[in-house]
Amino acid sequence: MLRYTLHRLLIGAGMLLALSVLIFILLRLTPGDPIDAYIDPNVAISQEEMAALRTRLGLDQPLPVQYFAWLSQAVQGNLGYSIQRFDQTVAGLIAQRMGPTLLLMAAGLTIAIVVGITAGVIGAIRRNTLPDLSLSVLALVGISSPAFLTALLGLYVFSVRLHWTPSGGMLTPATPFSLLDLLHHLILPAIVLSVGYTSLIMRYTRASMLEVLNQDYVRTARAKGVKEFWVIVKHTLRNALLPVVTLIGSTIGLAVGGAIFIETVFNWPGMGLLLVDAVGTRDYPVIMGATLVIGAAVIVVNILTDLTYAVVDPRIKVA
Amino acid sequence: MNAIATGTDPILEIDGLRTEFRLRGGTITAVNDLDLTIRPGETVALVGESGSGKSVTSLSVMRLLARKVGAIAAGSVRFRGKDGTVRDLVTLDEESMRQVRGNDIAMVFQEPMTSLNPVYTIGDQISEPMRVHQGTPKGEAWDAAVALLEKVGIPDPRRRAGQYPHELSGGMRQRATIAMALACDPMLLIADEPTTALDVTIQAQILELMQALQRDTGMGMLFVTHNLGVVAEIAHRVAVMYAGRLIEDGPVREVFRNPRHPYTVGLLKSMPKLGDATRMKKAGETLNAIPGMVPSLRNLPSGCSFAPRCSYAIDACRAAVPPLAAVSENHHSRCIRWQEVRP
Ligand SMILES: Nc1ncnc2c1ncn2[C@@H]1O[C@H](COP(=O)(O)OP(=O)(O)O)[C@@H](O)[C@H]1O
Ligand SMILES: [Mg+2]
Repeated sequence: MLRYTLHRLLIGAGMLLALSVLIFILLRLTPGDPIDAYIDPNVAISQEEMAALRTRLGLDQPLPVQYFAWLSQAVQGNLGYSIQRFDQTVAGLIAQRMGPTLLLMAAGLTIAIVVGITAGVIGAIRRNTLPDLSLSVLALVGISSPAFLTALLGLYVFSVRLHWTPSGGMLTPATPFSLLDLLHHLILPAIVLSVGYTSLIMRYTRASMLEVLNQDYVRTARAKGVKEFWVIVKHTLRNALLPVVTLIGSTIGLAVGGAIFIETVFNWPGMGLLLVDAVGTRDYPVIMGATLVIGAAVIVVNILTDLTYAVVDPRIKVA
Repeated sequence: MNAIATGTDPILEIDGLRTEFRLRGGTITAVNDLDLTIRPGETVALVGESGSGKSVTSLSVMRLLARKVGAIAAGSVRFRGKDGTVRDLVTLDEESMRQVRGNDIAMVFQEPMTSLNPVYTIGDQISEPMRVHQGTPKGEAWDAAVALLEKVGIPDPRRRAGQYPHELSGGMRQRATIAMALACDPMLLIADEPTTALDVTIQAQILELMQALQRDTGMGMLFVTHNLGVVAEIAHRVAVMYAGRLIEDGPVREVFRNPRHPYTVGLLKSMPKLGDATRMKKAGETLNAIPGMVPSLRNLPSGCSFAPRCSYAIDACRAAVPPLAAVSENHHSRCIRWQEVRP
């Protein structure tokens, strides 16, 4: 187990390094000079001043040198300063925005996991009945609806028409903090975020349950006189969840993408909104920092998934 | 061996059992009008080619048929429980039936590789029936599981109890499933080809173990197999099935010496000699020396199902299903010409 963990950590570190190189290169490949962002186009600036600025920012160095300079600072937690908000460090900005994003994702994932697994189990044990067929149709709709559609539809119905939920933001401005207010703002974006995921988890769980229900060891459990509830939960679901765990872990990157989008639609003050704003204003340090942190988070989650898998499935340990 | 069963009351009396499967394209009768009796301490072997309805018979007794597809259509299965009361398992409510499973009647399956749950330890799975049926506390049940593992001849049982199925060999796993079946001291053990998936030396060990355990516990045993060599070794009585029907039954020694149904004669002729089993297993052969093929349950020939393959067959055989004729008090044959059959 220890070797397995170290192995996974090493691979994760490699991936992170590759990611950082990729981010760096991609940003330098985009058209436009990073120096432009620092200059006010309405103020005349001499070539000497420009060169001096370049030197001060290190932009006159060869790319690899620039990369290592950036990386060595980054690993110490220094991601530089925002170009647009001079007073703020990138790390500080990210720290502020991390919480809301984590909250949104946690809420969305929790809904997806609880609803998806429950619906999948019901579909499997009631297969080909009306409840199963209705759930399957819902899942199909859920998977095939693009996020912008669900988001806009959700906003229109629950916010504009029914006035059940606010149309954006995380808290009502100029009021004291209340948990209820937070949940009120959270519920709609979280559900919208969870729709596709719920459907995916449901379909996986259902298929996996059906497969496991046919296994000999499930029949053995029944032959032992185990109560049907426990036959399902202990002997079937536990095994059926193994591929679902992998699914959840390996698609978490997709959920991050979804969250970024949903944050912009619902004006949710998280990493996604930060990133989108930064892209709009060419705030390179923020783009790089945010992408790096998001990427690192995805990699860490994937490692955790693999380790969880090894804990749930005793057969992995030998590998 | 082969002692005639004791005079005690039967623990299991199957009477006129008929099990059907509703499939696309019609209903098939996998078990048809089957009678079978098992007494305490007695081993009854159920033999027949693959597809003859042996597993369906066992699963019918356990009421573990694939729901919605398979169902008992007629007959009764009277079972005498630990408390001495006789009940018909066919009409028993599901909750009472659950309490019978694993407690009064236990089952060992063919595939030791797949019949244990991969994510729970051996000890956990063996102690489960005791926790379920007797409410035994976890620690106590675990100790009992270790004792059971020792009883079925697994060395270092305490360590083995903590291991997962994939850490054990096939033979070990089958010993573990036997230990699991014995957990609640059942009255009846149903073993569905428990040695078929194992290689010959292990097979012999498992048979020996099951015999010894039966002697110790006095439980009845329904032993399903397609291997007559195994029958000779382990069973007191034998029941031969063909296309869902019982075609001959009687004490093992008598049936082997004096078979009264042409199908049984054919089976005995194709019985592998000692040592042949390995060769046959390698070549993928089975008992197939009888010319012709087993008829499909979807369109059985009229009258005796075996008639198309039978050298004794006459028009009367094809006219109606022959009744079970009494060869002697406890030996029966479903052949109208049983008196003429030559071994
Ligand atoms: N789950 C099932 N669904 C449909 N038909 C089945 C099922 N199980 C058994 N059968 C039918 O019952 C027949 C007897 O099967 P089985 O009792 O398993 O044979 P065996 O004597 O080899 O154990 C099979 O040939 C098949 O047609
Ligand atoms: Mg079978």
